[in-house]
Amino acid sequence: MAILTKEQARQILDKVKSFSKADSFEANLFGNQGGNIRYARNTVSTSGEENNTTLVVQSAYGKRVATSTINEFDDASIEKVVRRSEEMAQLAPENPEFMEPLGPQTYDEGKEFFESTANITPEYRAKVAQTSIDPASAKDITAAGFLEHAAGFSAMMNSKGLFAYNKSSSVDFTVTMRSNDGTGSGWVTRDVNDVSKLDTASASQVAIEKALMSREAKAIEPGKYTVILEPAAGVDLLSNMFFSMNARSADEGRSFLSKAGGGTKLGEKLVDERVNIYSDPLHPDMPSSTWSGDGLPIKKVTWFEKGVVKNLVYDRYWASQKGVDPVPFPGGFIMEGGNASLQEMIRDTKKGILVTRLWYIRSVDPQTLLYTGLTRDGTFYIENGKIAYPVKNFRFNESPIIMLNNLEQMGKPERVNGNLVPPLKIRDFTFTSLSDAI
Amino acid sequence: MKRREFIHLAGLGTGAMMLSVPLLGNDIHPEMLLANPLDVAQKKVLADVALNTARSNGASYADVRIGRYLNQFIFTRENKVQNTTNTESFGVGIRVIANGTWGFASTNDVSTEGIQKATLTAVAIAKANAKIQKEPVDLVPVKGYGDVSWKTPIERNAMEVPISEKVDMLLNANSEAMKNGANYINTALFMVNEQKYFASTEGSYIDQDIHRIWPTFTVTVIDPTAGKFKTRQALSAPMGMGFEYMDGRASSKLQSPGGLIAYTNHYDIVEDATVAALQAKEMLTAKSVEPGKYDLILDPNHLGLTIHESVGHPLELDRVLGYEANYAGTSFATLDKWKTKNFKYGSDIVNIFADKTQEGSLGAVGFDDEGVKTKRWDLIKDGVLVNYQAIRDQAKIIDETESHGCCYAQSWNDVQFQRMPNVSLAPGKEKYSAMDMIKDVENGIYIVGRGSYSIDQQRYNFQFGGTLFYEVKNGKITGMLNDVAYQSNTQEFWNSCVKICDQSDYRLFGSFFDGKGQPSQVSAVSHGSATTRFNGVNVINTGRNI
Repeated sequence: MAILTKEQARQILDKVKSFSKADSFEANLFGNQGGNIRYARNTVSTSGEENNTTLVVQSAYGKRVATSTINEFDDASIEKVVRRSEEMAQLAPENPEFMEPLGPQTYDEGKEFFESTANITPEYRAKVAQTSIDPASAKDITAAGFLEHAAGFSAMMNSKGLFAYNKSSSVDFTVTMRSNDGTGSGWVTRDVNDVSKLDTASASQVAIEKALMSREAKAIEPGKYTVILEPAAGVDLLSNMFFSMNARSADEGRSFLSKAGGGTKLGEKLVDERVNIYSDPLHPDMPSSTWSGDGLPIKKVTWFEKGVVKNLVYDRYWASQKGVDPVPFPGGFIMEGGNASLQEMIRDTKKGILVTRLWYIRSVDPQTLLYTGLTRDGTFYIENGKIAYPVKNFRFNESPIIMLNNLEQMGKPERVNGNLVPPLKIRDFTFTSLSDAI
Repeated sequence: MKRREFIHLAGLGTGAMMLSVPLLGNDIHPEMLLANPLDVAQKKVLADVALNTARSNGASYADVRIGRYLNQFIFTRENKVQNTTNTESFGVGIRVIANGTWGFASTNDVSTEGIQKATLTAVAIAKANAKIQKEPVDLVPVKGYGDVSWKTPIERNAMEVPISEKVDMLLNANSEAMKNGANYINTALFMVNEQKYFASTEGSYIDQDIHRIWPTFTVTVIDPTAGKFKTRQALSAPMGMGFEYMDGRASSKLQSPGGLIAYTNHYDIVEDATVAALQAKEMLTAKSVEPGKYDLILDPNHLGLTIHESVGHPLELDRVLGYEANYAGTSFATLDKWKTKNFKYGSDIVNIFADKTQEGSLGAVGFDDEGVKTKRWDLIKDGVLVNYQAIRDQAKIIDETESHGCCYAQSWNDVQFQRMPNVSLAPGKEKYSAMDMIKDVENGIYIVGRGSYSIDQQRYNFQFGGTLFYEVKNGKITGMLNDVAYQSNTQEFWNSCVKICDQSDYRLFGSFFDGKGQPSQVSAVSHGSATTRFNGVNVINTGRNI
């Protein structure tokens, strides 16, 4: 069945509605068709395709709620899934945090589906592997990469008359290039909604160059350094901060946003005043869903403005407890930056370290958002505006909050992992030990 | 008939803060967890359909897995049940070798026609990929075992225990924690049952019934005036057991240093939650660690994760060979180091073994997912690297004549590949308890429970936190510490291992959702050890102000 049109989806969900006998119901229908290819040691290792359509029905009697799922769509199957969720709901314990379904909502038209991505073929996938493997082999380098793509739809309906529909497509590509002498490694990541905008050959070339440049790295002392974090290096720390912007944890006193004496840091200046972070499902460079899984419309939201925390995520239950409007979690974030290119930022740096990516990032202290992890696949010493030599990888212990207070410069934002992130120049970034890993 | 979803367990505390739990399958009524849709005879007939179809279409080898994967997950907080989930995933996966190349296909249509169709797809994929294959598959031999079966030795099937009994137990633990000063507690109980039927052209028909369980929680205490909070996670271990793990029988409790209670094969969640609340409160006023070199005394409930990351992963042969280079990474434990036969991974007392047979462990099965009988083998012997973890298509690379039997797929519609077996540190031979160990340390830190963990892509440099830290001065525990993490290099660390407690202190730690591969698959694995001492390890202070 794969990608159903709005009307086809509505027809199935209308049947759920006609079968439902519960006090309320909420039904989500989603389908995906996609595939992947994985390669390593300069040869293809696995490749596969997936095609799924699923109907999830949640029925409620008072505050007793249960969910049932099915992937068959004849009338008997649809009735079966509705009945099953109803039977289970009647047996379920009461959920005191259950919220009645939302009434009808108005949504912006989503912009994240591209036919080009829905039409990816096995031949295209094999060609992607070749765009990495052939140039790698020619340079005495070994490629290992992964391409994964999906195109699909999601729709929902509830007993209050709400109906939502969205189509989306995505492609994620990563490749690691390792020099055959074992001393150099480079990596690149790309993600797009429209596969016609993906150039895996040029991306592979970037990784090859990093692998060649990173050979024979020198060990320098760990300590506090000025760093330039490429967007792929900054994104994970920023995402971790973003994922922690939950109002309930902050109100409960167990968040970096909880305040001494009670309350939250909403409205307080937490980071450098040049930091502006927002989300916008209609942003042309990183479109995302215009509604959340429970039917809330997702609009443009400002999270940090001039360094001040402007919004926190409120689910419907917590918003009702606090008497505020719910703020759903968006599909990604956009951090505003400057106009400088990465090369220009390097040129403006007297001494510093260029970081390609960070790896194995784990929370050390949720109180201060302290994270640890390591640099990987291309770490370079910058001297007098130029990359002077590759350096061995470091372990860092750093908090994105401290990092965004030590902001020196921001470059032009780039899309990475469904977010827009500028390259960031940060002073006093804390490296605590050296790693021999390549 | 499959749903791939992730439950994000926000608020479960440091280590599990963003734990993504994969949920495979359709939601079902809990009573259906006990249904049995196909008997063994029917499965054998269907398996033969796949094997015969594969052979007659040019496959030189085929295996088929008819799998029913059941999950029950329960989540509570304070006095509320947040979610109960029951899922079933049922289908068949067929793997073939044709023209020297693997092909795999799966279907939830477990009928003669469905299986024939999927088998033809698997053969077609193998033949198509053969054109770009540079390394033809070469399997080491395996015995055909005929009709055999294996079952996790459980006393009480967790799926048969009423949900109300489980919920009451969790809410009781929550209530005791709250009475003892917790501000919040999040509890989770994970139960898994894999019903797997495997057959291959080697002549094996293997029926297995595998059970696993994991109770866990995070207690949070708040100091609102200071705007500070501390968390304490459960000191349980996920186990390859039934619900009997939850009965907290007294014979499974060990008195540990600092008045702590350690659990061996049975767990008392109410007791642990009670103690957790008291300890979390104590953390609010504990002193911050002075950075420097310390002798570390690592409890098995902590050391298991260090073994997992610094020994288990680097000795996966597919990592060593570069198949995981783009994701998890490669390994410092290269084949040339192994070939020297004298690469000192650790000190002379370090003996680390792999074992897929250890009773109660997460990795215990009778046969792996390519029909190889499981066994125990040495990885590190007297400190020297002696072996890796290898499956049928890798064993020849390390001069082995048989597979180690550690092939696994998370579900019927995922292809099986090499996964970590249980990897454990052998206990010391002479009688020596954790209490004895504390007495012998002048300047050390006793660490219990899992915490933050991070290691580089070749498994050299790591940093670990923990749940509880105690300062040890001149043979005595002098108080609790905060902000502790230790950093080391794998080889340096294992060579600083100076003493291991005896068998009576040996316990299992486990990882229930270990991820590997692209697309990622989870597997469950245990790590046994006794309390162990490492000398002169670098400890950093992780305290910050924002």
